[in-house]
Amino acid sequence: MDIAIIVGLDVISGIASLVLISAGLAVIFGMMKIINLAHGEFLMLGAYATVLSVSAGVNIWLAMLVIAPVFVGLFGVLVERCLIQFLYGRLVDTMLATWGLSLVIVGGTTMIFGNTIVGVGSPLGGFSVGQYQSSLYTPFLALMAILLMTTVWAVMKFTRAGLIARAVMQNPDMAATLGVNPARVYMATFGAGAAMSGLAGGLLAPVAGVVPTMGAAYIAKAFITVVGGGTSVLWGLITASGLFGFINQIAAFLTTPVFGEVILFVAAVVLIRMLPTGISGKFFKGRL
Amino acid sequence: MTLSRRNFLRTTAIGGAALAAPSLIGSMAQAADGPIRIGSLLDLAGPLAATGEPMAYATELAVEELNNAGGLLGRELELVSYDTQSSIQLYSQFAQQLAVRDKVDVIHGGITSASREAIRPIFDRFRTLYFYNTLYEGGVCDRNTFNTGTTPAQTVEKLVPYAMNLWGKKVYIIAADYNYGQITAKWMKKYVQDNGGEVLSIDFFPLDVTNFGPSISRIQAAKPDLLLSAMVGGNHTAFYRQWAAAGLKGEIPIASTTFGLVNEPATLEAAESNGVLGSYGYFEELQTPASLAFVKAIKDKHGAQTPYISELAAASYEGVHLWAEGVKKAGTVDRIPVIEALETGISFDGPSGKVVIDPKTHHVTRNAFLAEVEDKSWKVLETFEQQAPLDTAAVCDLEANPTDTTQYEIDI
Amino acid sequence: MQILKGMNAALIGSAVVAVGVIAAPYYVDLFQIMQLTVFAAMAVLALSLGFIWGYGGILCFGQTSFFGLGAYAYAIAAINFSDSTPAIVMAILIPVIFAALLGYFMIYGGVSDVYLGVITLTVSLILFNMVNSTAGDFYKIGNARLGGFNGIPGIPTFNMPGNPDYILSPEQAWTVTGLALIVVYLGLRVLIASTFGRIIIAIRENETRAALLGYDPRFYKLITFMIGGAIAGFAGALYINWGAFVSPTIFALGLSAQIIIWVIIGGRGTLIGPVIGCLLMQWMVTSIGEQQTLDANFILGAILIVFVLLVPKGIAPTLRDLVLARLPAKKSETAPSNERVKA
Repeated sequence: MDIAIIVGLDVISGIASLVLISAGLAVIFGMMKIINLAHGEFLMLGAYATVLSVSAGVNIWLAMLVIAPVFVGLFGVLVERCLIQFLYGRLVDTMLATWGLSLVIVGGTTMIFGNTIVGVGSPLGGFSVGQYQSSLYTPFLALMAILLMTTVWAVMKFTRAGLIARAVMQNPDMAATLGVNPARVYMATFGAGAAMSGLAGGLLAPVAGVVPTMGAAYIAKAFITVVGGGTSVLWGLITASGLFGFINQIAAFLTTPVFGEVILFVAAVVLIRMLPTGISGKFFKGRL
Repeated sequence: MTLSRRNFLRTTAIGGAALAAPSLIGSMAQAADGPIRIGSLLDLAGPLAATGEPMAYATELAVEELNNAGGLLGRELELVSYDTQSSIQLYSQFAQQLAVRDKVDVIHGGITSASREAIRPIFDRFRTLYFYNTLYEGGVCDRNTFNTGTTPAQTVEKLVPYAMNLWGKKVYIIAADYNYGQITAKWMKKYVQDNGGEVLSIDFFPLDVTNFGPSISRIQAAKPDLLLSAMVGGNHTAFYRQWAAAGLKGEIPIASTTFGLVNEPATLEAAESNGVLGSYGYFEELQTPASLAFVKAIKDKHGAQTPYISELAAASYEGVHLWAEGVKKAGTVDRIPVIEALETGISFDGPSGKVVIDPKTHHVTRNAFLAEVEDKSWKVLETFEQQAPLDTAAVCDLEANPTDTTQYEIDI
Repeated sequence: MQILKGMNAALIGSAVVAVGVIAAPYYVDLFQIMQLTVFAAMAVLALSLGFIWGYGGILCFGQTSFFGLGAYAYAIAAINFSDSTPAIVMAILIPVIFAALLGYFMIYGGVSDVYLGVITLTVSLILFNMVNSTAGDFYKIGNARLGGFNGIPGIPTFNMPGNPDYILSPEQAWTVTGLALIVVYLGLRVLIASTFGRIIIAIRENETRAALLGYDPRFYKLITFMIGGAIAGFAGALYINWGAFVSPTIFALGLSAQIIIWVIIGGRGTLIGPVIGCLLMQWMVTSIGEQQTLDANFILGAILIVFVLLVPKGIAPTLRDLVLARLPAKKSETAPSNERVKA
């Protein structure tokens, strides 16, 4: 029984981390149809921002929840202004440019900070379920994932900015005719997506190995989750993360992490084959 | 019309590219009687750079010292180093470049076993002496290759009984899922059983795994007395993090043959790493005069950002010096005389103590140390003098079969 | 008539290059020959993606699946048969079968665009994970240990057909690889000029229209995909003939992305473009590794960004446009942009 609770927690944590690591990519892909191959490096920058702030004496919560997203969000706006804005409507070119960007970020970070860095410890203790131990950080991650999704939903649904964003997403020409400046919306969207990646990176910092090349371990999974979910940012992301996270964690517990990964990938292939436009293309058409 | 012109342009372009290629690559002057050339192949970019960087520093230091002492045979030493960028293809390419174009006299380098197996045949084929200065799973039996790092018999044999004495007989083994981890896990299992213990399970993790939640649950479910770890690389440090975050740090102790290779004690919080046991052929914290001088020389040169100076760095440094001893004894840099000189059991007193080449296996007899993490650094607990590479010796005898080039899998 | 003229020019150009390939060992030193050999092997791989993407409109993110399968198939067959000739056949056959199954699964299932890209990428990751976890000694096919992450060392390289004891020298291996590149290039040129080539270009431009004209796009795309798989597998055999070594990193994300970069930099919708892009990038990566002042990734990334901003069409089309613009106006109005592929 206790073990069932522990495994249940693992599943929840698997789903939550998929939601967190994919959210930034989902926003940028869903709203702008851009595949940001530097996404993993945005996560890494968030983790670095957190670790460096903490070692400079900043409170860890402030570092994770404020500094990481703000820093990476601003960085995202900069990237959008200097690079992405010239490439709208050219899917493949943006992929190439963001791939180049990811190499530059990895190389630059290595040159500045070296290959290893002092990490941060997990700020929350553990708790016991019967004779098993688990980390309080796991439910905290789940809570953050829920909060993030709720915030995105509320912003899109109830605010003027969200309304404009949805309008541009559905029909940029029409929105422009009505007086919206799509360029500014795209800039803000890219910044918001980057900030979400930064937040995820910050949240991962206490439980991940923080090195310049860490982004590579996440990018493929995030990419598959987002495409498996389809273009609906919210529902696609939640359903795909739920499905993949569940399959991955259960398989990893019953067998080994390798088979957990392989089964996740096989599930993704089958899913995209069955639903060629992602989950949301079939079940949540036109929703957020 | 358009089609034909376009085609013409395309075809002329390919001709141009092919003709231009040789001049693009350029040529480099050959040095026959100039300096003695030492090749170095290490990853300085990409995921393995964290490992390669200190090795490169140590190699540079050794060459510098030899030059300051007047070079070898009256000739200066020149280091030709290439950055293999964590790519196997570049290992092969640069290995060919060092052996065929630069015609260096010896090559030091290679980090993962995969990279070594990619380049070792190239050096055999083009008859260039090769030093592999990394701890690894053992078993390479090749007269052209010298291996100066420790192998499992030298470290695991000490670590396992020590940890079992402290903590108990029920052991859970986790290891990186590639040859080093697989073979080290086998040795761990053997020594656990030799010491009357029981292995509950062995789990392997690919190098890119970052989420260890389910595995940590599995380990808890098995209720071991201690955990033996051969986890490798930056992603795997997350295991120790998640292990400590789950509050298991105080519950189940850890002993490892890899913890520390990419600076884990400094990367992790003290609370996450305190009490972890490790065993290597060298620790930066060794207080011998040779070790202190070695660490100081590297830190003086590279400043505050110097990464941890592990066995890999010490073995790289000792590897270059061992080769230099061989050259001095042979009186030439020619390959066969140097190999023969090295096979006389040449030794060098390095930062880890005395290092002696074992003529039969081309591995080294060297000191092994056992240490515990305390406040982000290692506290050396025990020294095991002059450990011979018994694992490789069980399968390899280059005196009897000098033409052997196999890497043996040691049957345990 | 026009096509024939084009083919003549291609033939003449290729003949010139072929002479260069054969003469090179007399003028170029051994190391450069070996380096050119791996560049040429990779250029064959670049052609495979240049063909299926530029002409077939199939954006495959996982072309390394076929390259790696070809390499492993060659390695296993060569070790077991001790003869490279059947091994080369296997290196083409296995990837083709795999491409047929995967292609049928995707293309007949209506998967396209970026979704097809993700499936192929995922498949290459599955292969990476699976081959990577074969380190144990029970993963053995005949005499060949798969070896997991460490890979398979000491693979027999090409020998004379029918005479397994006559192993090709590095110079001969270069001649074979260089000529193979030319043959693949010419073969694809002929294919594109044929009826089949025109049909796949028609499908790329407008799938519905082609379907209404009676061509089943799924069938033609599948065949294109399989040809790409065959060429990539063959490139895998050529790669091993150079390095005598294979490890799972051959399936990894990094190489998949590099192939795409070669094609984009050289120019999509051309065949010479991917070859140029590949040679240029290979040469650049090698040069970067010879210096240690700046991080290699940093330089490479900066070059890519500058490239995508300043030479977005790729080298071959840009050069062509430059030259055409200098020719008399009458001709230049036909300067084509129709070869650009929709993303």
